[in-house]
Amino acid sequence: MSREDVVALQQPQAQSSAAGGMVSYADYNFPDERGHFGRFGGRFVAETLTHALDDLDRVYRALKADPEFQRRIDRDLAEFVGRPSPLYLAERLTRELGGAKIYLKREDLNHTGAHKVNNTIGQALLAQHMGKRRIIAETGAGQHGVASATVAARLGMECVVYMGAEDVERQSLNVYRMKLLGARVVAVESGSRTLKDAMNEAMRDWVTNVDDTHYIIGTVAGPHPYPALVRDFQAVIGRETREQCLAAEGRLPDVLVACVGGGSNALGLFHPFIRDPGVRMIGVEAGGDGIATGRHAAPLCAGVPGVLHGNRTYLMEDEDGQIIATHSISAGLDYPGVGPEHAFLKDLGRAEYVAVTDDEALRAFHHLTRTEGIMPALETSHALAWVMTHAPQMDPRQIIVVNLSGRGDKDIMTVARHDGIEL
Amino acid sequence: MSRLALRFGERIAADSSALVTYLVAGDPAPAVTVPAMHALAGAGVDVIELGIPFSDPEAEGADIQAGCERALLHKVRLRDVLDMVVTFRERDTRTAVVLMGYLNSVEAMGYQRFADAAAEAGVDGVILVNLPPEEADDLRQALHGRGVDLIFLLAPTTTDERARHVLSQASGFVYYVSLKGPTGSANLDVDGVRSRLDELRAMTSLPLAVGFGIRDGGTAQAVAGFADGVVVGSALVRRMGELAAQPDAIPAAAAAFASELRAAMDAA
Repeated sequence: MSREDVVALQQPQAQSSAAGGMVSYADYNFPDERGHFGRFGGRFVAETLTHALDDLDRVYRALKADPEFQRRIDRDLAEFVGRPSPLYLAERLTRELGGAKIYLKREDLNHTGAHKVNNTIGQALLAQHMGKRRIIAETGAGQHGVASATVAARLGMECVVYMGAEDVERQSLNVYRMKLLGARVVAVESGSRTLKDAMNEAMRDWVTNVDDTHYIIGTVAGPHPYPALVRDFQAVIGRETREQCLAAEGRLPDVLVACVGGGSNALGLFHPFIRDPGVRMIGVEAGGDGIATGRHAAPLCAGVPGVLHGNRTYLMEDEDGQIIATHSISAGLDYPGVGPEHAFLKDLGRAEYVAVTDDEALRAFHHLTRTEGIMPALETSHALAWVMTHAPQMDPRQIIVVNLSGRGDKDIMTVARHDGIEL
Repeated sequence: MSRLALRFGERIAADSSALVTYLVAGDPAPAVTVPAMHALAGAGVDVIELGIPFSDPEAEGADIQAGCERALLHKVRLRDVLDMVVTFRERDTRTAVVLMGYLNSVEAMGYQRFADAAAEAGVDGVILVNLPPEEADDLRQALHGRGVDLIFLLAPTTTDERARHVLSQASGFVYYVSLKGPTGSANLDVDGVRSRLDELRAMTSLPLAVGFGIRDGGTAQAVAGFADGVVVGSALVRRMGELAAQPDAIPAAAAAFASELRAAMDAA
């Protein structure tokens, strides 16, 4: 990579005006040591937390290079989570859509039913290594809360999960699952009563109990080192996909598709392919009632850069910098920010970000359920909705891999209510 | 000499401590704020921290969260907060005013525009809870260029090495967070704070103010014995919130509380 290209990578604004596709990504290596992805990321927290974040960064760097720790994670992923997850050729869906060949990366088959557990396994082992006896987590749809409660139960750690009061109502099944696993679920009544407020409350808990508590952030956002750390734990998705696609097709996929809320399942799939410029990456945000209505959760499509929850990234905010209420049928995507590396990849032009509406996602939910016998989470259904409209326009020799990030059992009540059915 | 240096300097010279009080701009209604500021100044408050209401105040406890929410019901913007300082300065050029809030409010306005507007309004300092010195170079330059201090916080978890680094970037005064937790937490460890302040004094000549956990005359008095400044926030915001239905009574109530704190500190 030439010096100009390095400069271009570090200055996404300058690059995006340059000719697309000219930059080599061969040396892509972010974040820098203070957690910056170009102008995004960083560490914007109350002083009390700085020491804990420094500790976490130091311990994580040491363990990342420790083969024994890596073996422990690999064993847990194989024997407790059930990895590798299959790369499944969706033959009937492919045939019906009549275009590109569609593979589903089956993260829904993981223990606890979503990709979230890849991260909680890793972070719980980190917490144990640091001598913390208590873990806290925030959750939107409840999948990360369930995955946190699960690893806490297994390691015998105390677990408190913060969840917006509105999400507690719409995801009651997952709330009960967490309780069965021994976690305490705290319904957060402040602000908009959703995921962002749960994250605020988790930060307040952490600042109070920082000596004995580890905060398991569930997505690739938050203060450094979380965006890199969560990405690394989720990157197993992309590494496996690469091997599996090469084994099945003898080449890499043409397009990767994943839904983006905070963006952990998407970055887990994308990251091992960033240096392969021939692989397109599509992140699908929650378009809610439609971008034009303002009722959505699509900061990459319709937001501006700002600082929230410890990092600089694209946010949904008003002209005074107040974070505005988001809307999505999917609780897991109902968040006004996004991981800073996605913000960076957007500005670089390396990944593309689009939005689909609640209705489009619901149609995709029904379609996959009927054609493949796989019921996807509503979050995941957003990625599938993009596939439904774009696969037919592609050549049958092309390959799409969709991250089937979670299963839809938790969403059955929401879907029934939307369809006017009482259970 | 800056207003902050003067106000702290006078109290330190008199072997006393500065009283610093926090209120949220526009809480519980915009018309209350400037009269409340005058009432506080009249009751012996040296430095007023004026909170910029923010939708996601992640470092605040329940009282200040509620104060932000009350202010945001009136859609109080950063521009309005600066206008309140302009109005306050028409009658008071003595009391130091520090804006306190979260970085995103300032980012949305733009660093230079904010620095210019703050200086012109008569703001003396700015505290941004989620802006550590490592990320603050650009804003600090913009503010210093207009004679406004960027004030940093130190916490019980801050190591000596880091404290030296933060102090090398600090101006105005240093805000020592007395305990681990959001604002409004209880359980102030007075002896622990005293010994930490002794250590910090060896590292800086700036005034050291202590906040978090100071909620009444007794705790204010205990901290005034060794700190250059005593910061009271949540306890005042809670009292103002309780009077939300009688906003006319708020300035007098705020003054009465400040007088009680001042009297207790003077008896220290």
